[in-house]
Amino acid sequence: MTSAEMEAVYDAMARQIDKAGPGKSEVFLAKLALLLAQKAGDVHQVLDAVSEAGESL
Amino acid sequence: MRPDGRGETESLYFDYPYFEPPQQRGELAEPTPVAIVGAGPVGLTAALQLASEGIRSVVFDNKPTFNDGSRAICISRSSLAILDRLGVAAPFLEKSLGWTTGQSFYRGQKILEFKMPDGADEKFRPMYNLQQQYIEAFLWQAVAAHPLIQTRWQSEVVGIDRPGKIALRVSDPAGSYEIKADWCLACDGARSPIRKMRGKRLKGENFEGRYVIADIRADIDFPTIRRALFDPACRPGGTVLIHRQPDDIWRIDYQLRDEESEADAVLEQNVRASVQAVLDETGYSGTWDLEWWSIYSANTLALDDYRDGRVFFVGDSAHIVPIFGVRGLNNGLADAVNIGWKLGWVLQGRAGEALLDTYSPERRGATLDVFANASKSARFMTPSTHGWRLMRDAALSLALRHSFAGEFANPRQMVPYSYTESAAVRSDAGGLKAGPAPGEHLPELRLGDGFLSDHLGPGFTLLCFDAALASAVEARNIEGLSAFALPVSLQASERIAHEPGAAYLVRPDLYVAARWSRATPDEVASTFAELTFRKGNQL
Ligand SMILES: Cc1cc2nc3c(=O)[nH]c(=O)nc-3n(C[C@H](O)[C@H](O)[C@H](O)COP(=O)(O)OP(=O)(O)OC[C@H]3O[C@@H](n4cnc5c(N)ncnc54)[C@H](O)[C@@H]3O)c2cc1C
Repeated sequence: MTSAEMEAVYDAMARQIDKAGPGKSEVFLAKLALLLAQKAGDVHQVLDAVSEAGESL
Repeated sequence: MRPDGRGETESLYFDYPYFEPPQQRGELAEPTPVAIVGAGPVGLTAALQLASEGIRSVVFDNKPTFNDGSRAICISRSSLAILDRLGVAAPFLEKSLGWTTGQSFYRGQKILEFKMPDGADEKFRPMYNLQQQYIEAFLWQAVAAHPLIQTRWQSEVVGIDRPGKIALRVSDPAGSYEIKADWCLACDGARSPIRKMRGKRLKGENFEGRYVIADIRADIDFPTIRRALFDPACRPGGTVLIHRQPDDIWRIDYQLRDEESEADAVLEQNVRASVQAVLDETGYSGTWDLEWWSIYSANTLALDDYRDGRVFFVGDSAHIVPIFGVRGLNNGLADAVNIGWKLGWVLQGRAGEALLDTYSPERRGATLDVFANASKSARFMTPSTHGWRLMRDAALSLALRHSFAGEFANPRQMVPYSYTESAAVRSDAGGLKAGPAPGEHLPELRLGDGFLSDHLGPGFTLLCFDAALASAVEARNIEGLSAFALPVSLQASERIAHEPGAAYLVRPDLYVAARWSRATPDEVASTFAELTFRKGNQL
């Protein structure tokens, strides 16, 4: 993806988090991750990403 | 603000001049074609632009000296091009610090280093750091030396009436008087009294982000690289910006937390402690002196129309923009040049008055463009909602390992806004595959020992590759129009279409007014007449 496309993703996510509201944003993000995992198709890649995203929080 | 015991203009490195109010009182009421209110960077630039068109002006400022602090410190490449065309770039180049590189850090680790576009075809670096007092002082040198510009210090404009033309009421320590003017440029800054007198209001948004901007003098061994610190230990959750300036002066901007009150934040001991914490984090352990500080908040506010009859709003009086894009000053200089050449041409009878109606759409468009970019930067630098903050923090955290995420921290580069839709630009007839389109800023090109811009005439210039066309246009002796045949050597450049018939009509402000894939002298002349709004398009 180009950086402009990545930026569009960033913006859309920020807006959706705000729309979901503070109580629901975690559920939204978890659903999004599951949907993207389903599309990615490769379990190793997804599990790597899960552990990486957990670093330097 | 300055440390306890020092006056407003008692700087560690800059000697503020003191300007007397007008001594000769006899001719103060003599009418002037153009009255300029405000001798800030924008008012001074407007006066120089008008003078370069041969137009007299009187500049009024209510202060006895330049502004009190370093304020706007980043001068962009396009502003240098403006200063160069006004013939005043030399002191700026000598004193300022040019730079191309920026670095971003997250919790102390570098996540991004970016370079702004630069190269052998560019006459100027992408950005130069210079304190605003120097900017004003260098412009003032040229203004003071110009016979067509009269400056009146300690002279406050307290009223503006408009029975037909303009009548300004001016008050100075020796008295008050009225002066008539045909036109008025309100360059009187963000709080613009003229704007209030005319009943106009800025419209737009206020952002959450508030910054303290502090200057210190310190002998820090670090190149001229802009540093942005996100979530540093010294300001958890906040953002800090560090810029180098001439004379061993460093600018430290730090964001205030929501719960920090502005009144507390600007107390000297709090500024000292905050600055010390930033310095500790960057590893500087030497001594430093506090020079000046202020507070700045991010706004995107503008007038709906920059024109009100015979009054034009120019610079901060017309728009207030956030600091992240460094556009406040740079956009103001472009405003000053835009209205300056247009008004100059109308007053010289070279252009019809309709040309003046193109000022507001062109420059207000530029401001709205800045707003769009600035809002994006602001969302990253000072995210105002949970969603934007969460995404920003996620991107920064990912950026420690993934360069793609660091790109989110890359500030948008300052490129001049395009006047594609303007009535003072002819819409593109098509046919050229490369090169600047009508409404775009002319790109710079290396040409022998110098640059393309060195060869442009003072008015409009036809640029083409066809020497016969250039001489045919020159032979018509049209006032305000010259022609220059580009050397064949430029045909290797991708920045300008090198088709043999390619021709560009360039405006005095270096924007492309029209282009052709094959032009005739007749077409060039009639387009020139049309775009300068002459009656019946007659030359
Ligand atoms: C505290 C502060 C910090 C800033 N920091 C930054 C920064 O870090 N980066 C950045 O890009 N920009 C910054 N800016 C903005 C930048 O300084 C402005 O964009 C720039 O000065 C605009 O120039 P100007 O000529 O339009 O207005 P100004 O520089 O404000 O000049 C207006 C002039 O008009 C005079 N005047 C006003 N009313 C009258 C009257 N009635 N009669 C006569 N004269 C009058 C004033 O005295 C003043 O000299 C800062 C501004 C302030 C105030």
